[in-house]
Amino acid sequence: MISRFTTAFCALAAFVVVALPAAAEDSVKIAYVDPLSGGGASIGEVGLKTFQYLADSVNANGGVVGHKLEIVAYDNKLNAQETLLQVQKAIDSGVRFITQGNGSAFAAAIEDFVTKYNERNPGKEVLFFNYAAVDPVLTNDKCSYWHFRWDANSDIKMAALTNYMKTRSNVKKVYLINQDYSFGQSVRKGAREMLGAKRPDVEIVGDEVHPLLKVTDFSPYIAKIKASGADSVITGNWGQDFALLLKAAADAGLQVDWYTYYAGGTGGPTAIKQANLADRVYQISEGLPNEPYAPAQEFEKAFRAKTGVSLFYPRAVNEIGMFVKAAKEANSVDPVKVAAKLDGMKFTVDNGGEGFMRTDDHQFFQPMYIANLGPLDKNQPFEEEGTGWGWKVTGKIDAQDTLLPTSCKMNRPS
Amino acid sequence: MLELVTISTLNGVLYGMLLFLMASGLTLIFSMMGVLNFAHASFYMLGAFFGFQISQFVGFWPAFFIAPVLVGGIGALVERYGLRRVHKHGPVAELLFTFGLAFVIVEIVQMIWGKGPADYRVPPSLNFSAFTAFSTNYPAYKMFELLTAIAIFAVLLMLLTRTRIGLIIQASLTHPHMVAMLGHNVPRIFMLVFGVGTGLAAVAGVIAGPALVTQSNMAGSLGPILFVVVVVGGLGSLFGAFLASLLIGLVQTFAVSVNLSIADVLQPLGVAAPSGGALFDIWNVTVAQIAPIIPYLLLVLILIFRPTGLMGTREQ
Amino acid sequence: MSDVTTDTVQLPAAASGASAPRYADAVRYAAPWIAVAVAFAVLPMIFSSGSALTTLSLMGIMIVFALSYNMLLGETGLLSFGHAVYYGLGGFLAIHAMNTVIHDHLPLPLFLIPLVGAFSGLLFGIIFGSVSTRRAGVAFAMISLGLGELVASSSLILRGFFGGEEGVSTNRTKLLHVFGLNFGPQIQVYYLIAFWCLVCMIAMFAIRRTPFGRMCNAVRENAERAQFVGYNPQVVRFMAFALAGLFAGVAGALAAINFELVNSSMVGAEPSGLVLLAAFVGGIGNFIGPVIGAIIVTWLEVTLSDMTDIWQLYFGLLFIGVVMFAPSGIAGLLMMHVPLWRARAYRPLSRLVLTYLIALVPALATLAGLIAVIEMIYHRSVKASDGATISLFHVTLDTTSVVPWIAAIVLLIGGFLLFRRTWPVVGAAWHDAIMYAQGAGKKK
Repeated sequence: MISRFTTAFCALAAFVVVALPAAAEDSVKIAYVDPLSGGGASIGEVGLKTFQYLADSVNANGGVVGHKLEIVAYDNKLNAQETLLQVQKAIDSGVRFITQGNGSAFAAAIEDFVTKYNERNPGKEVLFFNYAAVDPVLTNDKCSYWHFRWDANSDIKMAALTNYMKTRSNVKKVYLINQDYSFGQSVRKGAREMLGAKRPDVEIVGDEVHPLLKVTDFSPYIAKIKASGADSVITGNWGQDFALLLKAAADAGLQVDWYTYYAGGTGGPTAIKQANLADRVYQISEGLPNEPYAPAQEFEKAFRAKTGVSLFYPRAVNEIGMFVKAAKEANSVDPVKVAAKLDGMKFTVDNGGEGFMRTDDHQFFQPMYIANLGPLDKNQPFEEEGTGWGWKVTGKIDAQDTLLPTSCKMNRPS
Repeated sequence: MLELVTISTLNGVLYGMLLFLMASGLTLIFSMMGVLNFAHASFYMLGAFFGFQISQFVGFWPAFFIAPVLVGGIGALVERYGLRRVHKHGPVAELLFTFGLAFVIVEIVQMIWGKGPADYRVPPSLNFSAFTAFSTNYPAYKMFELLTAIAIFAVLLMLLTRTRIGLIIQASLTHPHMVAMLGHNVPRIFMLVFGVGTGLAAVAGVIAGPALVTQSNMAGSLGPILFVVVVVGGLGSLFGAFLASLLIGLVQTFAVSVNLSIADVLQPLGVAAPSGGALFDIWNVTVAQIAPIIPYLLLVLILIFRPTGLMGTREQ
Repeated sequence: MSDVTTDTVQLPAAASGASAPRYADAVRYAAPWIAVAVAFAVLPMIFSSGSALTTLSLMGIMIVFALSYNMLLGETGLLSFGHAVYYGLGGFLAIHAMNTVIHDHLPLPLFLIPLVGAFSGLLFGIIFGSVSTRRAGVAFAMISLGLGELVASSSLILRGFFGGEEGVSTNRTKLLHVFGLNFGPQIQVYYLIAFWCLVCMIAMFAIRRTPFGRMCNAVRENAERAQFVGYNPQVVRFMAFALAGLFAGVAGALAAINFELVNSSMVGAEPSGLVLLAAFVGGIGNFIGPVIGAIIVTWLEVTLSDMTDIWQLYFGLLFIGVVMFAPSGIAGLLMMHVPLWRARAYRPLSRLVLTYLIALVPALATLAGLIAVIEMIYHRSVKASDGATISLFHVTLDTTSVVPWIAAIVLLIGGFLLFRRTWPVVGAAWHDAIMYAQGAGKKK
């Protein structure tokens, strides 16, 4: 037993310094680089489960052009340098496709790294599939041919949200509250611009930013919202910033409509239910389980049964689906060929409806949905987090209506 | 305007009292033993999780009494078998021990309860609105927090100044050898103080848990502010910690309501804005944005100009 | 490179005999450094994979950072919780310099960028040191903590300099190419880092042995007494602080070159804590301690998260273990054996090593049992939905069955009891070795 342990220890030591030969020749690997420990782990684990489920179902259907699809997890510890380190490790162990989503700062680091790496190592290119980092700059000023984004960026989401708000006559005074970092700033700038253009009669009575994930007591902010007389609040807050904000609102008895990006994240529906805000919290997303589209609902049911969580990333379904399709069309898993096929690809998305990957900036455009959380009726089977409430679609925007111009000037390989 | 001031004052006092609940234990340990307990916020978190877990079985009120006792017991054991051993290696080693302990406790909590939030609710008996001020409801639960904090402060003060054990503790602070020679068991007193200190942090956790999110990152988010409170208030002074918590609570709450930046003040006076670079950012940042940083600014200033804190009696 | 100074009084020697002893001395002093240089040069040939090169580069950076930290903690007795401020600011200034050089086509090669880091570290060391070093002890630690938090938080306000969330990025291949090196490949970056690491190590070692270095030690031991001798402890601390900042800035610049990305996490609490861990685990009483600590901690940081999700727990346990049982660190433990070596007590020493090996076996068993228990508890409580089995040390364990639990607990408790049984054996061997060494000393 001791010798087995010592050999195991030696093996572990050797693991560090000797690049392990790639696992079975017939598997294609996607590295999943997101937080798997510490504060961001609860979000990172949900994403990992989603991708592993998708890989399993792809493999059950014959794999990717005959290769087995394998998801390899790397913990980025919510640190940009660590992210780059893990990407380097992934590349060393033979991975050619990186996927990441939690944190636009890390996505920017990966995009930059991948672009430089591909430039410096022709013939060994890797691709970066971004499934959730929504900073618009990643498909504008900092765009790259080797980066593909499946999540509508925050400007697109704001465009869709404001299109919906345009039709709501009860919106007269809007308060903006966001986290003070690039995403929060893009939410508030987008909201001011687009709301100003579409509903000039709406008054923006407050524009607040607070430090990211540091505020424990939101009651002063709630007091300000109340004092402003707002009837609607637009916020990009997520995680504990959203949960605590809603808690403070519930405590103070604030009755407003909430237009959000990430109310559906872990802890969100619970906070909404506790605050008793039925049908008042709206979320913009690219897919919802209660949308009457049978294949999506079947998928959701099977997904929840296996993993125990709701499908928070329909875009991951689109990502893997399009990857498999591109590989099939190229009849290869070579990144350069796959990238060429993904460029401009049209795809039927998870919730029905047509989407496409724009060649100019590698941003995927898809139908968007506005939904609110509340009690369900009997043909809406999916509830959230054991609250008994679920997301109900109140508005749908087609892909064509979500298009926005881009400033991207991509260096395309010849 | 008056509404904002009143509400900010109320909110500030409540937040400050919550800070005091946590800092009271830290001050006690710091003043009595000279050990800066980095793991204090982790004991606070333990209190919240223990309270949550116990309340799942027997309800909020029994948990309110049991959880702090349990955590205090753990604290006493940590002192007896950990800190005491390390004591002979010097104050740096003690500091580092509690530093490592903070890590370990957070990790163990994550191991057992996971990384997501725990559904720790306000008990139904307190889940109503105490009063309404200017159309904002004040939850009774926050009143309860306030009353508990004041009660603890009063009890602690009385304990330390009026009872025999309190006097012995105060004496051990400045003359531990003399006290030992007089026949008192100084190590046992230290163990008691550490246990009570961590127990107090746990009380704060049990109470704050339902109000804030009970999650494994609780310790990290409140830890640094605690040190600011203790240092600003002064080493060796409970009253100083009380004042400092109130000060920091009020300052932070009021700062959030102030949307002024240097630009807003100086531009009407005709001062031109700098075009770019770091100065441009400072020019435009509002007080509200820097509200959470103000305590650290206060800490550094106090340490430079008045290192004993506002009311400290102990010089390092 | 031990701490023991030998006072040799050099009498003026006759011309013929003078050169021979000085030459021998020079070789003796230079030999370890030459060996280190050779080792740095040869390592990438042994460990040549991409991630190994990255790991070695990281180790180089961490070595400089940890040694700079030890100038504060080990040498001058100043415990700082915010040393990463100088590391990070060095990185920021270096990356802004790189971007300026690229933008304005200045003839500054990448090779000299660490000097920008040095300048930055010195500058901020002087600025912040003037307020920090007024106090010592716990007050200093608190100021460093507060300053660290301040700088880390203001990084989100001063977006122009700190680049906000994404930080600031650059492209190191766009600077002036010298000798055909564009520093695109990691191996070139490694050699750059290795060179600067060697230079900094020699510099910090030299500083240590100057009278200033000795005064730092004196201030650490007894500041009042140092005052009696005529030195102002505050000035000594201030100078040590500034120098420590300088070298931390070099480390930051090297990190900026390595990652081509600097962001606000580099000035925060995490790297501050990490360098503290590295210096402490390695041993703060010796020059080589932080080097050992940096290598171990970097290696753990890179590989541990692949093996387990709860790597932070192991870091914390390692830290507590070292604080409680080996406060002089790994280097301290190794240095305990130096007197035996010098007394040429080879046979007792080899017997001692043998007893260590014997004690190691149950120790490893205890460790394995502890790890197994921790991992299984973690799996059952948090990841139960992932299935029942976990793979530990290439062994698959079914956490739902009782067998692995019993095996782990047996390993843990049985291993520990056996381990305790070996302590007297080790103690006796140690005692014998010491006696022999003392006896040998007396014979001389």
